[in-house]
Amino acid sequence: MPEKDVLVRVVELRKFFPITGGLLGRPVGAVKAVDGVSFDIRQGETLGLVGESGCGKSTTGRAVLQLQKPTSGQVFFEDVELTKLSREGLRRLRPKMQMIFQDSYASLNPRHSVGKIIGEPLVIHGLMKGKELEERVAELLKLVGMNPAYMRRFPHEFSGGQRQRIGIARALSLNPRFVVCDEPISALDVSIQAQVVNLLHNLQEQLGLTYLFIAHDLSMVKHISHRIAVMYLGKVMELCDRNALFDDPLHPYTQSLISAVPVPSPKVERVRQRIILRGEVPSPANPPKGCVFSTRCPVAIDECFEIVPEYRQVGARHSVACHLVKPDG
Amino acid sequence: MGRPIVLQVKDLVTKFYTLDGVVHAVNGVTFDLEEGETLAIVGESGSGKSVTMLSILGLIPSPPGKVEEGEALFFSEDGQGNLLKMSPAELREVRGGQIGFVFQDPMSSLNPILTVGEQIAESMTKHVNMTHEQARSRVLELLSKVGIPDPELRFNNYPHQLSGGMRQRVMIAIAIACSPEIVVADEPTTALDVTVQAQIVDLFKRLRDIMGMAIVWITHDLGVVAGLAERVLVMYGGRVAEIALVDDLYERPLHPYTHGLLGALPRLDSRESKQLASIKGTPPDLMIPLKHCPFAWRCDYAFDRCWEEIPPLITVSVRHQIACFYDMEGGRPRDA
Repeated sequence: MPEKDVLVRVVELRKFFPITGGLLGRPVGAVKAVDGVSFDIRQGETLGLVGESGCGKSTTGRAVLQLQKPTSGQVFFEDVELTKLSREGLRRLRPKMQMIFQDSYASLNPRHSVGKIIGEPLVIHGLMKGKELEERVAELLKLVGMNPAYMRRFPHEFSGGQRQRIGIARALSLNPRFVVCDEPISALDVSIQAQVVNLLHNLQEQLGLTYLFIAHDLSMVKHISHRIAVMYLGKVMELCDRNALFDDPLHPYTQSLISAVPVPSPKVERVRQRIILRGEVPSPANPPKGCVFSTRCPVAIDECFEIVPEYRQVGARHSVACHLVKPDG
Repeated sequence: MGRPIVLQVKDLVTKFYTLDGVVHAVNGVTFDLEEGETLAIVGESGSGKSVTMLSILGLIPSPPGKVEEGEALFFSEDGQGNLLKMSPAELREVRGGQIGFVFQDPMSSLNPILTVGEQIAESMTKHVNMTHEQARSRVLELLSKVGIPDPELRFNNYPHQLSGGMRQRVMIAIAIACSPEIVVADEPTTALDVTVQAQIVDLFKRLRDIMGMAIVWITHDLGVVAGLAERVLVMYGGRVAEIALVDDLYERPLHPYTHGLLGALPRLDSRESKQLASIKGTPPDLMIPLKHCPFAWRCDYAFDRCWEEIPPLITVSVRHQIACFYDMEGGRPRDA
């Protein structure tokens, strides 16, 4: 059972998508989008989930919230095993776990007013109506730094950053404890990204929220997260505190990922040593045998091409999946 | 200084006449590019950075777009010419020949029904009078130059058989096929993962060292620019906000917008997690022609004059120009 301050516990989560073929559409294989992922998220913390496209980070987020039924594995939320709940049981818990999406164009109904969009979760769960509902919507708009009068307007009247604020207000309408932020700022301009990240940060402090923050931008994830999990091809390669990840990355993939991220300073860039990885991420439908990173790893040994490395704890609050990293002591 | 100028752009104005009204995309852009220089044009969406270069290359769809004013002088061995005044046929000679380009999305820029080899060879048979046999051996050479393994095999591949990074390498091979004076790269790494981005940036640096071409790198990412560019031009609202040598721009940004942009970036090499310095508000609506500084709404330093006239580009130190009435270092408005 989860420890006291753990809000979300994910154990050996798997999500496979079948590949069908032939005349009868029989399954001929599977895309292993998420392949045995485990982590805890503590109350009030932000766990960053980073990785390149196709590594399964978004699928993990959706499977944690049961928006996509996991193939196997367990997800606990407040000691309740979500993976065992019925539809109705899940529905009752939904207000406590919400999601902020990447694409604020696609995730806001263009025919609904902002007020209706933000208030809809409250109506669906039968919590408020009339004047009370309107007041709550106004309060939520103020909370995300928008004018309450905007509730009569429609999504197309707003910029990307403002639409993302509307999405955040909707996610917060039911007073959730846990919010999955799926690339909430990737579609925004740099100057607007900072606004939204600062808002998410302030809301966390104000409301005691717990975040799973999914993104591919390592600098931004480092900025907002307390701990970070690095994913590659459906697996967590390394998980530790944010500063440890950057000061002392243990996995060769983490090391090369960090080295590939440019630092906005010409002086630093001029003297930086880069690890340039060979090739690109293999297909998750046909992952390499052994360690999934072995085909691109600059330091792989024979063992790496044959045996899947165990994901294990190697130090206080530091876990890694690599044959070359030996546990402390 | 000292290197001859290869491209000189003066007072470029481009508008789009749409059903909803006139979009003032580029409102008087002036800059020059030296031989072999890497210039980055940085800006957010709608800043006019791409439209500026597309206007120069004659690639603005017209209608609705129209290049209304300005000149773009291109200096080559055959003399100088104004790209904006050239006939479509003359421009085709320059494009893909002396000026190569690489776009963000290699999938939609490559022809899906021609093999990779055919597409690279096409630019050479068109521009430099090569026979097919000569072109083929040159293509194989180019493919290995841009780091594509197994050139013989890849020659006969179609674009869909390649990964995103490999397709971008093919685009680069086409861009450099005719040994251009300038390569224009419009967000060439935006669609790629960060480890692949590092490969492509590395490739550009190597090619630049071998071939000595000038590069215009259009991007929104101030991180990549720091390690690649020699000079940086920052655009805002269809105008040049600041242009400076790369070290000056990052260490001594003098335009409030550049200053804000750099403050808004989280850095991988910093330990503390303080609030990011966000820039308030949103970019200007380009449908409204402005009579004042486009950044005035969002600027913490704006004063009366900023709302009354458009700040011209002024030189503040060696190769450092800004369009701003406020002296950030002195902490007061500049003398009128």
